[in-house]
Amino acid sequence: MRYVLKKTGVLLVTLLLISLLAFLAFQIIPGDPTAKLLGNDYTPERAAALRHEMGLDRNVFVRYWDWLTGFVTGDMGASYSYGMRVAEVMEGKGVVTAALSLMAWLLVIAISVPLGIALARWQGRRIDRVFVAMNQVFMAIPPFFLGIVFTYVFGLVLKLFVPGGFVRPQESFWGFLGYLAFPALAIAIPKAAMVTKLLRSSILDQMDEDYVRTAYSRGNSRWGVLRGHVLRNAILPVVTFLAMTLADIVAGSIIVEQVFALPGLGRLLLASIGNRDYPVVQCIVVIIAALVVFMNYLADVVTQTIDPRIRLG
Amino acid sequence: MTKRILTLALTLVMTAALFIGGGQSAWAAENGSTGDAELIVGIAADLDSSLDPHVSSSSAGTREVLFNIYEGLLKPDTEGNLVPAVAEDYTVSEAADQYTFTLREGVRFHDGSEVTAGDVVYSLTRAAGLDTGEPLMATLANVAGVEAADDKTVVVTLSTPDVEFPAYMTAAIIPEGSDPADGIVGTGPFRYVSRSPQENIVMERFEDYWGEKARCAKVTFRVIEDGQTMVMSLRSGAIDLAAHLEASQVAELADLTVLEGSMNLVQAVYLNNAQPPFDEPLVRQALCYGVDKQMVIDLAGDGHGFAVGSSMYPAFGKYFDAELTDFYQPDAQKALELLAQAGYDAAHPLAFTITVPSNYTPHVDAAQVVVNLLDQLGGAVKAEIQQVEWATWYSDVYQGRQFEATVCGMDASTLTASAMLSRFVSDSPKNFIGFVNADYDAAYAAALATEDDAEQVARFRDCQSILAQQAANVYIQDLADFVVMQPNVTGYRFYPLYVMDLGCVEKTA
Amino acid sequence: MKLRHNKNFTAGAAITAVMLLIILVGLVWTPYDPNAMNGAAKRLAPCLTHPLGTDNFGRDILSRVVEGAGATFLIAAATVAIGLAAGLVIGGLTGYYGGWLDEIVMRLNDALAAFPSILLALVLIALMGGGKYNIILALGLLFIPSFARVVRGEVARQKSQDYVALAKLMGAGDMRVLFRHILPNIVPVLLPSVAIGFNNAVLAEASMSYLGVGVQPPDASLGRMLNEAQGYLLTAPWYALSAGAAIILLVLGFGLLSEGMGGDYGAA
Repeated sequence: MRYVLKKTGVLLVTLLLISLLAFLAFQIIPGDPTAKLLGNDYTPERAAALRHEMGLDRNVFVRYWDWLTGFVTGDMGASYSYGMRVAEVMEGKGVVTAALSLMAWLLVIAISVPLGIALARWQGRRIDRVFVAMNQVFMAIPPFFLGIVFTYVFGLVLKLFVPGGFVRPQESFWGFLGYLAFPALAIAIPKAAMVTKLLRSSILDQMDEDYVRTAYSRGNSRWGVLRGHVLRNAILPVVTFLAMTLADIVAGSIIVEQVFALPGLGRLLLASIGNRDYPVVQCIVVIIAALVVFMNYLADVVTQTIDPRIRLG
Repeated sequence: MTKRILTLALTLVMTAALFIGGGQSAWAAENGSTGDAELIVGIAADLDSSLDPHVSSSSAGTREVLFNIYEGLLKPDTEGNLVPAVAEDYTVSEAADQYTFTLREGVRFHDGSEVTAGDVVYSLTRAAGLDTGEPLMATLANVAGVEAADDKTVVVTLSTPDVEFPAYMTAAIIPEGSDPADGIVGTGPFRYVSRSPQENIVMERFEDYWGEKARCAKVTFRVIEDGQTMVMSLRSGAIDLAAHLEASQVAELADLTVLEGSMNLVQAVYLNNAQPPFDEPLVRQALCYGVDKQMVIDLAGDGHGFAVGSSMYPAFGKYFDAELTDFYQPDAQKALELLAQAGYDAAHPLAFTITVPSNYTPHVDAAQVVVNLLDQLGGAVKAEIQQVEWATWYSDVYQGRQFEATVCGMDASTLTASAMLSRFVSDSPKNFIGFVNADYDAAYAAALATEDDAEQVARFRDCQSILAQQAANVYIQDLADFVVMQPNVTGYRFYPLYVMDLGCVEKTA
Repeated sequence: MKLRHNKNFTAGAAITAVMLLIILVGLVWTPYDPNAMNGAAKRLAPCLTHPLGTDNFGRDILSRVVEGAGATFLIAAATVAIGLAAGLVIGGLTGYYGGWLDEIVMRLNDALAAFPSILLALVLIALMGGGKYNIILALGLLFIPSFARVVRGEVARQKSQDYVALAKLMGAGDMRVLFRHILPNIVPVLLPSVAIGFNNAVLAEASMSYLGVGVQPPDASLGRMLNEAQGYLLTAPWYALSAGAAIILLVLGFGLLSEGMGGDYGAA
């Protein structure tokens, strides 16, 4: 319990630090937003009036506090490019990125856990060697290239999905998931290859431990030992790695959304960066970073429940 | 174990196929009959943040979408004539300084209310800025007063006579007292439903439209900024129609319905005449000699496109001066001489950046060819491309005038020669290239002042000649406009203006 | 240097050597000028004169892939160089001196690690603007923390070694001890990190240029070419495939090299 409390404390501090860094980066560096907002109508007097109206003439930490309290209560400020609140601009887009990332992450687990265990069991056989070599190649494929290949093979040639198409979950939930399936697979495969490799070698490392030999000597079968003793220990580094992978998966989905023309946060982020719509960029960055930190926190807590030995961290 | 993995993989693929298959069949059922069809149109740029039809700085991409939602007293037809819309008829006073419009019976706004003279007076007063003193639409600066003679008659009085005035009466009519920022209400064949930034704009058929009703029940404009994704989405059937494609993109889509028209704009390397290095006419002329426009058309457009030599395109008929097209014959030697006179050679090359909006493939491609052609001048010119997002281009280059060179297209909002030429008057707010020339200003003013048609044409042609002589920009072409539609979509019509009329587009199941 | 997985190292070295050779040759000679446009040879299928066909402007795709691989490689090299140089200084100093500065820098390192790398790169691009040189700078900055971490750990380990004490006894100053004595000894540990760095830098450059914020046209880069090729998937799939294959080979080569040298590929 103390461990969880301590980790929760660290989580909150990190979240604050991230939000502060993002806020400072986008408030201080880009210069005067009024120039963009006023465009042709720019005069120093109008700019000053607008700065006052927007509260930009106040102390930066006061502004940070306002922004943070607003953010927590769901009011994320006004977009520079659209006459809308940031929350309105982002409406419906977070769901796409979240669902895509989650689906990819579940696919990583669904592919790598059975495959890793199987390869460890078949260690040294030809099929193991073939898969290990293939793994190496799959790890080197950038997700967006895999996305392009999928578009060609499954979309244009086999016509299993409509590249560039999309439906909102409100319209058709299953259709929505269907449009995410191939993008998710494109993100998942390179990561699944890494996790498979890690799990396989983690299991093989454990197999050399003394307790495994003892278990054998008690007459347990190889599969029995694996299931009963080894997996529990071998899975620990994998859980940590899976949590770390989530950051990469979210990053991957930013790019893969472009390949499949999915209207998620990634596309909005890129467009907003191009439009220099900093309030939107800032919110998306904080949301994604917070998500990653939170997942790492969850992984820490889960690992700790599986293996009480690392309680002291 | 292998089997299990195989099964897993198969299940995944099959479930995916099922999801999508399911989605498609539901789709077909919804769209069984013709009149209920939903049309999905790809557009290359998100609309402006403001959808106010009276804001004259709106981009062409926004105006062509709003064409379906808003109407003026008059509207252009496919031949370029003005036909009555909200007005049924109009008369003009002897002196051409007073226009009297009779409103059509039974024209309704999208909110259900009937259009009255009060709405028209409000709309024109607002657009001409009569209450604020600052006209929202520069074309209406000449309006001195708008009055309702009775419930169905509106009289517009001008400060100075203008025979071209009816062309400006395409200004949108909106309900009295309304502000487009609070809700988009017009009288057009489609009703605005919603927009999602960077994603889509949705409109529905307006059932109480006074004229011929739209053929499709719903139109969704999908924002697809990437030219490659646009081609892929047409290929896959994710969108039904996309306009403004270029020849190389169409080559990939040969089995769909492809229509070729003209984009009705002037594509050029627009040069910032107000800042070095292009404040020097010799340098601008050198570029004109160095860029072979036919090469640009051949390489970037597969030979489709109509070469032009000044700020006017062929659809303008008598105003268009075809002889200016070859004002600068491609001549590398001449270009190098002019550059040398201006102090540039291989040792001190002319270095500049061409800023291009990344979402408009025809402009990006043309810029690539231009850089390639300039590279062949023996190292005397070093041009670089910088792609920027559309909104950034619009705020920095067009409004902010912070650029050296850019490749883009300038179109006309009305079919009057002044719509193309007014922007180069020295103090025009739209003069983003900072072109300052007293002769030009004089010729333009003379053209506006005269009531004699032949004289006006001659003066407008003078304007074009001055632009060419001064090498204000490196003029290239009026782009070919390719419209690609799925085979079940018909009825697209070209206009001599940059508009996309979707009312007559039909989609069968 | 002990090579843990020799097979990996050999395969990685072979792939990397071939790619480097192609890139080197490409610097001085390509079958065609990669930027030369030819209206008479547009969108050709692979044939004898153009083994990978031509693109939309009649440019030779093989020449562009070679040129693009070179551009991607050079950007990756510059990125790694920036990250490594700054990482050496920061990691060396914090590892050698320790103390509160070390604590602050490492906490900052951890906070930065929470951001997905592409996201951080995009934030930097948002603040600095796109283009080839800004990409190098942004990715270089991004790579500093991971190098700093490796260097710091190794320096902290080495500083208690006998040879360091000996050098100090002989009157060498801190800087001399750090950069002349300790640094050469951490090179073997650093090499796998450099290989992983290359691996990640190639992927990052390709991603950024694919998204349009990296290398600008008409210059070739593998990521840019993938973006261009996407519109011609059905008529010219080899365009996308050849650019993609070049990325995969570069990444695979460096990945295997790193593993062969004992690095933990994929965990970076």
